[in-house]
Amino acid sequence: MADAAAHAHGEHHDHTKHYVKIWAILLVLLVISILGPELGNQAITLFTAFGIAVVKAGMVVYYFMHAGDEPKYVHYFITTALAFMFLFFFAVAPDVMRHEGTNWRNDAAKEFIASEMAKHEGEHTGHDKGTSSGGAHH
Amino acid sequence: MAMAKPIATTRSAAGMSTGKLAVWWLIASEIVIFGGVLAGYIMHRLGHPDWAYQAVHTNTMAGATNTFVLLTSSLFAVLAHNAAEMGDGKKAAKFLYLTVGGAVMFLIIKSFEWTYEISHGYTITASTFWAFYYTAAGIHAMHVIVGALIMIWVAGMAKRNVELQRVELIGIYWHFVDLVWIFLFPLLYIAK
Repeated sequence: MADAAAHAHGEHHDHTKHYVKIWAILLVLLVISILGPELGNQAITLFTAFGIAVVKAGMVVYYFMHAGDEPKYVHYFITTALAFMFLFFFAVAPDVMRHEGTNWRNDAAKEFIASEMAKHEGEHTGHDKGTSSGGAHH
Repeated sequence: MAMAKPIATTRSAAGMSTGKLAVWWLIASEIVIFGGVLAGYIMHRLGHPDWAYQAVHTNTMAGATNTFVLLTSSLFAVLAHNAAEMGDGKKAAKFLYLTVGGAVMFLIIKSFEWTYEISHGYTITASTFWAFYYTAAGIHAMHVIVGALIMIWVAGMAKRNVELQRVELIGIYWHFVDLVWIFLFPLLYIAK
């Protein structure tokens, strides 16, 4: 959709029904993402949580932000910003997600995780509270 | 030559109004900010199975209700844009105020949620999980506050049929705030 200013003189049609329909679909997707974990299947939960988040985000970007109507170069610089996010993730994640590799080992992280797992697995009440040392393992 | 309007609302050398280009540029920089936080959270979460014992304490219903509130406020924001495009500033202002209402509702729910969590010992220093939780949701809440304040300002002009193009600009920003929450919700409340 072009600038509001360019359409402020009566050439524009009322799209209220269209937007309400998009909102209703977003709410249905929200309900699915809430109910997903109830099935108890991790793969389904991942799909209903993140797959649906991507679909919802796409709908907001396309129908509410009207990004499809913007000049191509806007798409390029937004995509570039997203690319930096992925670059950051794939460059740093191997060191954070793994606790050992070729010629290195993060013993502090391994010990911390093992002790936290042992502590919580020993509890059955579900009332455990966060008592870790605030990121000392990294 | 006398300028009737600030240059950002009239100039379009870049194929779009300069004001709108600025909003998209702002969003590109916001993607890097929120993207960094979210990517940092994801890599730590995947490397720390013990975080599941912390994540289990986030309130899914509060998160889901706030998702509903933000999606609905986004609907109001786009309806405000729709009204502005038809030249109806009063209607646009009404929808912008409803959007602000959504922002206030979101912050009220969040404050109850955080009060409960903090009073139960889940503070920002309780663990790295909670540090990420409060940082990500806190930065997001600050964007909600700033967006609501700007929206009140824009609505004040819109109801006098002044600077109606700004209704769309604040709308684009607001949808982005909604967008960030769409990803925070499954990360912090669903994938436990």
